[in-house]
Amino acid sequence: MSAVTPDRIAGHAHDEHAHDHPHGWRRWLYATNHKDIGTMYLWFSFTMFLVGGVLALGIRTELFQPGLQVFAPEFFNQLTTMHGVIMVFGAIMPAFVGFANWMIPLQIGAPDMAFARMNNFSFWLLPPAALLIVASFFVPGGATAAGWTLYAPLTVQMGPGMDLAIFALHIMGASSIMGSINIITTILNMRAPGMTLMKMPMFCWTWLITAYLLLAVMPVLAGAITMTLTDRHFGTSFFNAAGGGDPVMYQHIFWFFGHPEVYIMILPAFGIISQIVPVFARKPLFGYASMVYATASIAILSFIVWAHHMFTTGMPVTGQLFFMYATMLIAVPTGVKIFNWLATMWKGSMTFETPMLFAVGFIFVFTMGGFTGLILAMAPIDIQVQDTYYVVAHFHYVLVAGSLFALFGGTYYWLPKWTGHMYDEKLGKWHFWLSMIFFNITFFPMHFLGLAGMPRRYADYPMQFADFNMIVSIGAFGFGLSQLLFLYIVVKTIKGGPKAAPNYFDAKDGGLEWTVPSPAPFHTFETPPVVK
Amino acid sequence: MLRTAFAAIALAAAGSAGAIQSKYNLAPPVTAIARDIHWLHWMMLIICGVIFVAVFGVMFYSIWAHRKSKGAQPADFHESTKVEVVWTVIPFLIVIGMALPATKTVVAMKDTTNADLTIKVTGYQWKWGYDYLKGEGEGISFLSTLSTPREQIEGKAPKSNTYLIEVDNELVVPVGKKVRVITTANDVIHAWYVPAFGVKQDAIPGFVRDTWFRAEKIGTYRGQCAELCGRDHAFMPIVVRVVSQEDYTKWVAEKKTAMAAAADDPNKPWTLAELQERGAKVYAANCQACHQANGQGVKGAFPPLDGSAVVMNTPQQIAIMLNGKGAMPSWKGLSDVELAAVATYVKNAWGNKSGAVVEPAEFKAARK
Repeated sequence: MSAVTPDRIAGHAHDEHAHDHPHGWRRWLYATNHKDIGTMYLWFSFTMFLVGGVLALGIRTELFQPGLQVFAPEFFNQLTTMHGVIMVFGAIMPAFVGFANWMIPLQIGAPDMAFARMNNFSFWLLPPAALLIVASFFVPGGATAAGWTLYAPLTVQMGPGMDLAIFALHIMGASSIMGSINIITTILNMRAPGMTLMKMPMFCWTWLITAYLLLAVMPVLAGAITMTLTDRHFGTSFFNAAGGGDPVMYQHIFWFFGHPEVYIMILPAFGIISQIVPVFARKPLFGYASMVYATASIAILSFIVWAHHMFTTGMPVTGQLFFMYATMLIAVPTGVKIFNWLATMWKGSMTFETPMLFAVGFIFVFTMGGFTGLILAMAPIDIQVQDTYYVVAHFHYVLVAGSLFALFGGTYYWLPKWTGHMYDEKLGKWHFWLSMIFFNITFFPMHFLGLAGMPRRYADYPMQFADFNMIVSIGAFGFGLSQLLFLYIVVKTIKGGPKAAPNYFDAKDGGLEWTVPSPAPFHTFETPPVVK
Repeated sequence: MLRTAFAAIALAAAGSAGAIQSKYNLAPPVTAIARDIHWLHWMMLIICGVIFVAVFGVMFYSIWAHRKSKGAQPADFHESTKVEVVWTVIPFLIVIGMALPATKTVVAMKDTTNADLTIKVTGYQWKWGYDYLKGEGEGISFLSTLSTPREQIEGKAPKSNTYLIEVDNELVVPVGKKVRVITTANDVIHAWYVPAFGVKQDAIPGFVRDTWFRAEKIGTYRGQCAELCGRDHAFMPIVVRVVSQEDYTKWVAEKKTAMAAAADDPNKPWTLAELQERGAKVYAANCQACHQANGQGVKGAFPPLDGSAVVMNTPQQIAIMLNGKGAMPSWKGLSDVELAAVATYVKNAWGNKSGAVVEPAEFKAARK
């Protein structure tokens, strides 16, 4: 389907009213509209977020006190594994794709995504995958319990829940790959006339780069889990030493996917922050070109650091040194981005509505996660804290206080554009502060636990770790319950609230999404705008 | 001098009594490598702390000074190549500065040459096996299993200070000697981790890795398995007792004598009563966690042994104990006597009153 010309669209609009778009269940099942598909991705990801959150609360209930009170250890390992799988593949990634679907066409002045029907397929692959994941708890042996990283050869011991998870991951991978093809093609081909790449909003830039990362590494994950499948059922020995294979090879293949994967989960977050801060500082983004180059540098570097997850596997000295240096290097472009955001704030005229609270909160707490990442990059320190709660603290700081906070900020930022109503500002601020405070109560003590030697994926622990574990569990329940407030706020905003103007935050940056009404009409930019 | 100062801070900051000494920081170091890692960590914390204070000092100042409610007017500058270069180059230099001392430690951690003592550590689901391969104590071999009673885990008895970090047979090494630790595993990947030594090394089935330590202080040091290895990942700790050279020599002699005495003669015919008594102990230490004290197992997860057809069929029973099945690991690491004892025990426990006996020689034959 080639790019549609303005004339054809203009003619189409007149007789469109009679069959504007399908209603009822057909509207959603057959959706080809980027706004509808974006909405479905967002609701799907929020549902999965709540499911993954319940699993986390199960974990924290067991870990509230030493001893095995609630769950058998093999079930506990299912909880930790599926919490990770669901949050990564079911919550964070689809949420960013939902934002991409809603905002990329609006921001580049395109009428829709390049491949509208494939877009539908990309979304509708996800609910069956989610069903497989949830169903895996109910097959004999339960869900896979090998950790979200699914290391071999432990995976060979798992029951059929492992196979369901492999199947689900393949489906979700296919969805991501198709989504990435769509995003790249849309961004490269369908920008409005006058919008050169270096005039494109940062959110689109970060998604363009992320989409290339996804294309490069999702097939690698597919390879790793397929080899696991054949080792389990078809007599291969990819990861079985007795057959001539190597368990560590699994780790190399997985982490070659896994490290770019974590950047896939953070780069769109960077894009959202770069949209929010300039608007609420009433000042243009500082160093746009640098931000583009820094994002690209981070993406390229992300391919050469994977073995920093493997410092204890026994690699030679040269390997340890190389991966240590390369990992430490990523701190440089990441720091550049933080400084650029600060320079955007500096000498601005700031107000702190909820999107800005989340953006500034992101900068503060994500940077803490960045520091612990730099500390982990130091191989000798990593050898002490690898597979301990220090790592758990680090990645929750960057994924929750990073990615999730950016998603919250972006939701408040664009919700009036999607729904036509302003969200309740007072409640939004409550959600921010509750999340921020409980997040830190939950995850800060984990640094201490890890340094003191508490390993991760532990259903039970020595007495000396009891105090901090209790604090962490209390914080986790607080954080989890606070997200119900978010659900309430979103539903309230959909149902009503003060009408939102087209440019309801008075953005001066000329973003195209601020030129269309709120809510954005079903079809926008049927005639491409001209960008000066 | 800086290093000693940091070490002093580290030790002072360490917690008080209790088998795990630290609450907020890394374990108090008892090897030079662990001390280096402490030093590196303090260095990173301080540098990152300074940057944190500087950067967020600026940010919070800006939040206060440049807010609209204070009447701030927005400037319109939006780029500066000079500034970009500065805040790229300076962090780059800082990062290089951090990498230099780290490099030294990485190289030192990898040097396992010229060891005084070489010990092979094998990870099992879910215990450790120690074989003294070379140096004083060569030939000593034993398994080291969690010794915390199940009643404590299940909350039926109060938990001790060494809950989950105590074992039946501790690894004993002499103080001040370089010990090379060779790691491997029997089934899945485990990791041998002793925080006080600054040591963590994956134990990979079918492969051999190594690391080393030289403990400088007499004492007992505890660690835990650090790679997810299945249901009892949290229940296979490591305990290393570092003793004086004289005490080590004494221990070696005692251990060798004990090993010789305990060496069961697998060809001696054992009576039902002897096997049942021994078997009950083996069951409690190895089988009870899954199949439960009452032999009922866990519905949907671990089959009951009470009334089990497999238990009553000796060839099947021997095969499953030697080869494992699904979530049940292979138990071929136990001796023929231990296996025969527990096989006999389950054939006669609870409702299985068969009177049958399995002799150690049957397991010995089945292993071929």
